[in-house]
Amino acid sequence: MVLALAALVVFQLAGETIVRLFALPVPGPVVGLVLLYVALAVHRSVPDGLRATGNVLLQHLMLFLVPATTGLMMHFRRLGDEWLPILLAAVGGTAVTMALTAVTLRLFLTKRRAP
Amino acid sequence: MITGVGGLWAFLQASPLFWLAVTLITYQVAYATYLRTRRNPLLNPVLVSITLIITVLLATRTPYPTYFDCAKLVHFLIGPATVAMAVPLYIHSERLKHMLLPLAGSLLVGSATAIVSAVAIGWTFGASPDTILSLAPKSTTMPIAMGITEKIGGSPSLTSLMVTLTGIAGAIMARALLTLVRIDDVATHGFAVGVTAHAIGTAYTFQLGEVAVAFAALGMGLNGVLTTILVPVLMRLFMSH
Repeated sequence: MVLALAALVVFQLAGETIVRLFALPVPGPVVGLVLLYVALAVHRSVPDGLRATGNVLLQHLMLFLVPATTGLMMHFRRLGDEWLPILLAAVGGTAVTMALTAVTLRLFLTKRRAP
Repeated sequence: MITGVGGLWAFLQASPLFWLAVTLITYQVAYATYLRTRRNPLLNPVLVSITLIITVLLATRTPYPTYFDCAKLVHFLIGPATVAMAVPLYIHSERLKHMLLPLAGSLLVGSATAIVSAVAIGWTFGASPDTILSLAPKSTTMPIAMGITEKIGGSPSLTSLMVTLTGIAGAIMARALLTLVRIDDVATHGFAVGVTAHAIGTAYTFQLGEVAVAFAALGMGLNGVLTTILVPVLMRLFMSH
C-alpha cells in the first residue's frame, strides 16, 4: 500500500517535472499516467499492491473531485446573468457529444468487423 | 461565554481538520445514499456533496478559498488517482490495441463536436463573446481547459464553471442517454463518457467495472491533448465568419 502510493507519487512527480521542462500543455499527472503505463509494459505485469491501491483511489475519485468542484459557488453571479446559454451548452452540448462519440465508435467497430 | 463560542468558531473555521471532516462526512452520506438508491444518477455523489458543502459555506459565510485551502489534502489525491488509471489501461491494452483506428476516428468526431456544439449553443442563445470563448474547451479536465481558455483570451474561471457543469451533466445523463442510443458495450460506454465528461465522468464509470474505467481514462487523456490542438484552429474559423 505505502510502496504503491510511493510509486504513484514518484510517477506523478516525474510527469510534473517533464511538463515543466518541456512546457507541455498537458497536466503532470497525465504524463505520469503515460510513464507508469510504459513501466508496466516493460515489467509485463501489474504488482498486486499497485492494483489494489489504484483500485481504492479510483473507487473514490469522486471524493477527491469535491473540493475543486465546490468552486462552482464562486460563479453564481455569472450563472445568474447568463444561465440560459450556459446551462444549454452544458447539458445539450454534453448530450450531443456523448451520443455522437458512442455511436461513431460503434459504427467504426462494426464496419471493420463486417468485411 | 459568547466571545468563547465566537472564538471557538473562529478556530474551527480556519481549521483544516474541521473542513476535512465536513468533506469526508458529507461525501460518505452522499455515497451511501447513492448506493442505497441503486445508484440513481440524479443523486450523483459529487453533485450531492457540493450542494451540501456550498450550503454550509454560505450559511457560515465561509469564503471558498478558506474552504479549499483546508480541503487541499483531499484534492491532492486527484494526481495519484490519475496516474493509477495506467493500471486498468495496461490490463486491457490488448483489447485497446485492436480498436485503435475506430477509437481515433470517434475521438476526432467527439472532440470536434464538444467544441462546436458548445460554441454554437452559446452563440445561438446570446452568450457574450467572452463566455463563448470560455465554453469551447469544456469537455477536457480542469487544468487543460483553463490553460486553453487563457491562450485564446477567454475567462479561465468561467471555464472552470463550464467544466464542472459538463462533468456533472455527463455523469448524470450517461446511463439513460447511452441506453437510448442502444450502446451495450462497456468499452464504448466508458470511452464516450471519458471523452465528453473528463474526470467526473471517469469517476462515474468505476461502477461499470475496470474495462469502462480503462476506456474512460483513455478518452479523457486523448481528448485533453486533441482539444488543446483543435480549439485554437476551430475558434479561428468561427471568429472569421
